[in-house]
Amino acid sequence: MKLSIWTYEGPPHVGAMRVATAMEKLHFVLHAPQGDTYADLLFTMIERGNKRPPVTYTTFQARDLGADTADLFKKACKEAVERFKPEALLVGASCTAELIQDDPGGLADALDLEIPVIPLELPSYQRKENFGTDETFYQIVKALACPQEKTEKFSVNILGPTALGFRHRDDVRELKTILYDLNIDLNIVAPLGAAPSGIKSLTKAHANIMLYPESSELACRWLKENFGMSYTEHTPIGINSTKDFIEELNQIRGVKDSLSDTSRLNFDWWSKSVDSNYFTGKRVFIFGDATHVATASRIAKEEMAFSIVGIGCYNREYARKIRSLAKDLSVDALISDDYLEVEKRIADLQPELILGSQMERHIGKRLGIPCAVISAPFHVQDHPARFSPQVGWEGANVIFDTWVHPLVMGLEEHLLGMFREDFEFNDTAGPSHLSNSKSKSNQEKDIKADDEIIWAPEATKELKKIPFFVRGKAKRNTEKFAFENGHSSITKDLLYEAKAHYAR
Amino acid sequence: MNEHSNIEKLGGCSEIPILKERGQREVFCGLTGIIWLHRKIQDAFFLVVGSRTCAHLLQSAAGVMIFAEPRFGTAILEEKDLAGMADAHEELDREVANLLERRPDIKQLFLVGSCPSEVIKLDLSNAAERLSKIYFPKVKVLNFSGSGIETTFTQGEDACLASLVPTLKETDEENLILVGSLPDIVEDQLVELVKELGIKEIAVLPGRDRETMPSISKKSKFILVQPFLTDTTEALEKRGALRINAPFPFGEEGTTLWLRSIKESYGISDDKFEIVTSAPRKRAKLGLEKHRKNLLGKTIFFFPDSQLEIPLARFLSRECGMKLIEVGSPYINRSIVDKDLELIEDMPVISEGQDVDLQLDRCRESNPDITVCGLGLANPLEAEGLTTKWAIELVFTPIHGYEQAQDLAELFVRPLKRKEALFI
Repeated sequence: MKLSIWTYEGPPHVGAMRVATAMEKLHFVLHAPQGDTYADLLFTMIERGNKRPPVTYTTFQARDLGADTADLFKKACKEAVERFKPEALLVGASCTAELIQDDPGGLADALDLEIPVIPLELPSYQRKENFGTDETFYQIVKALACPQEKTEKFSVNILGPTALGFRHRDDVRELKTILYDLNIDLNIVAPLGAAPSGIKSLTKAHANIMLYPESSELACRWLKENFGMSYTEHTPIGINSTKDFIEELNQIRGVKDSLSDTSRLNFDWWSKSVDSNYFTGKRVFIFGDATHVATASRIAKEEMAFSIVGIGCYNREYARKIRSLAKDLSVDALISDDYLEVEKRIADLQPELILGSQMERHIGKRLGIPCAVISAPFHVQDHPARFSPQVGWEGANVIFDTWVHPLVMGLEEHLLGMFREDFEFNDTAGPSHLSNSKSKSNQEKDIKADDEIIWAPEATKELKKIPFFVRGKAKRNTEKFAFENGHSSITKDLLYEAKAHYAR
Repeated sequence: MNEHSNIEKLGGCSEIPILKERGQREVFCGLTGIIWLHRKIQDAFFLVVGSRTCAHLLQSAAGVMIFAEPRFGTAILEEKDLAGMADAHEELDREVANLLERRPDIKQLFLVGSCPSEVIKLDLSNAAERLSKIYFPKVKVLNFSGSGIETTFTQGEDACLASLVPTLKETDEENLILVGSLPDIVEDQLVELVKELGIKEIAVLPGRDRETMPSISKKSKFILVQPFLTDTTEALEKRGALRINAPFPFGEEGTTLWLRSIKESYGISDDKFEIVTSAPRKRAKLGLEKHRKNLLGKTIFFFPDSQLEIPLARFLSRECGMKLIEVGSPYINRSIVDKDLELIEDMPVISEGQDVDLQLDRCRESNPDITVCGLGLANPLEAEGLTTKWAIELVFTPIHGYEQAQDLAELFVRPLKRKEALFI
């Protein structure tokens, strides 16, 4: 048993729903009690879905237990097939139905439906949402893909985009443009927008683009093993990752120097322009799903010249990848799905910017640290109407804008530093272009003296003049320095001695 | 038990047959009630013993994660808990110990059962008793079930309040208990009105903390402010309290009839009643007037959600002139909503339970001007061209009493006005 307050990932059957909802002409019968229908609103509200997820919940009640839950399941399957006329049927159990062990796969098989039935094993008490997407898509591909003649011209599939994925819809559109530039044909995008009949013809393509490993790695591997289809491993998010991705695709295709038109890429010049000088060495903390964290780390380091103070991911499946990346960056990796732990790490590191999910946005709000969202889980406001991919050249432009947006701009930052005591132009005012975003620094709490060490009034006053985003760290360092050197009170001088001691 | 039922002749829809349906439901489970209960009862913590799905539901149904550390959490069952029962109890004890150490401000702890905990028959009443022995008197440990195999949406609050009733302090004083959680401002308004009628001892269940939970005696009377409190009603009656039956206090008429039932029960004079209610009644009528013209003659279809449907249908048909097509409710307890049913004059379909696909067929067929439904259905129906009202807003918005009558009507006017105003 583990106490959880907020979660990064839902249960695995929600992952299955993300795949089913992304697809066409597929229906999912989920053996589940009534409350589980809450999952529908994730799609209809966060993504503003204009149709119901293609999911039938059997809605068993306490009085059905031990009696006829299996019959309920069979009835639900029959009715769903009659009503929705899908090309294939997914069947599975949610956490409660897993306990009553009705065997949805076996029950559905016994119905002799005329369409393929794909049973899912979703261990709710061990695994989570991302596993559910990966496993479900893999089972669909395994059940439906069959040998096909290859297309004459080199073609690829884009695998991985699902419903409720962070910017998946727009990523696909951007990637299509790049494939067009490269003169590569697109066979199928899946799961997003694919029907079971489309999955059957996946093998017409020569290779696969594994756009998001979280939701397509199992399928990509299986297609490689069974149909010899190579797949790309670079996720094209950021300038350099996109270049590497194109290079990788060219290698698979056996051509050299096929290039994509970068005339619409602005990120590189924006980052080189003088106004971006103030990004240099900005201390960032990066957390989210492993794929987005890994690509964001590279952008942060190579393309923004930020200084990365910590990275982490919530999906343990990719812990190794993030750990090794952290080692390369000489920072600690935090692999956790406990947001209190993430909050504590951020509070300790006191970064100037957080790149995270909706959860980190909340953490940032509480700690008074700006945050840009780079990963699911995301809020309805991070599912914008406008085209805003993460992938490719336009994705890079979007990322530049998104990351810079919460920050205080160049000269503004200097002015804030120079006239820290100006009553209306101070660091609690927040960036001038964000009218309502008074950054709520927890300075009151921070400045309050600890029991053991007393801050002299003039030192406290001085501390307030330190930029808020490093103030917490400065306070802690000074107290640590005072403690280690046997001081029981902190004077203004001691503050600066500590600063010199910890100078980076 | 029910002092009015034999006085008034039954009318309206009180004898209308109810369409009972069984199939896929598109309704939250009882755990969802925790979202408002944990703000309402300020020294309580709600510990759901359940799965990742329960935690995800609470997070998603709340829409946004607005609280740093909310006073609820989920002890997520893992593979090893399912293997052996003794283990699960030890694990629970440990999680509770950690929690109470981190949150010393908690005075009431609710262990909340879920679908998985019910299925594996994890005995939370036993656990609550055991933990009470350790933590009482500092912390009172109670339990109830919010599981989806037993409860829908607002029944979670019913189960929670019912679990509180046996712990209410026994006195021999007379008092009137208003039962059901309301937004603080509305609660204050209703308490004030009842006080003005001349009733001195008024309490509210749930109280805002452990100290303000009502006491109860054989001379206690109670009146519901929410229609979904079947088990709580039974528990209060078991302790000897007398229920005042009334329509629910929605709109000018509803609030007046609700107050009048109290007046009659306490033998308060007509003059006094007039003095107390005339000004707010006039205000409420005036407020409703401007919305009535927008709703008059418009048709409405309710999908089941919170059990508020029947009282709201009464308000919308009688006070706003709307035409009811279907009034769906997840569960109908006639003895609680009979006063509202009696007043409904046109004869809509009244349905209990749900088969969502069949109900959607009926809804599309009848093409209502407004469809009241859950968040899972609202956007898909809007995309089909129907105008919808989110049912959950009716649970999260102050809508009871005189001063909110116009706000309640406005909730239904807004989607219509928006549709009119948009030119795209």
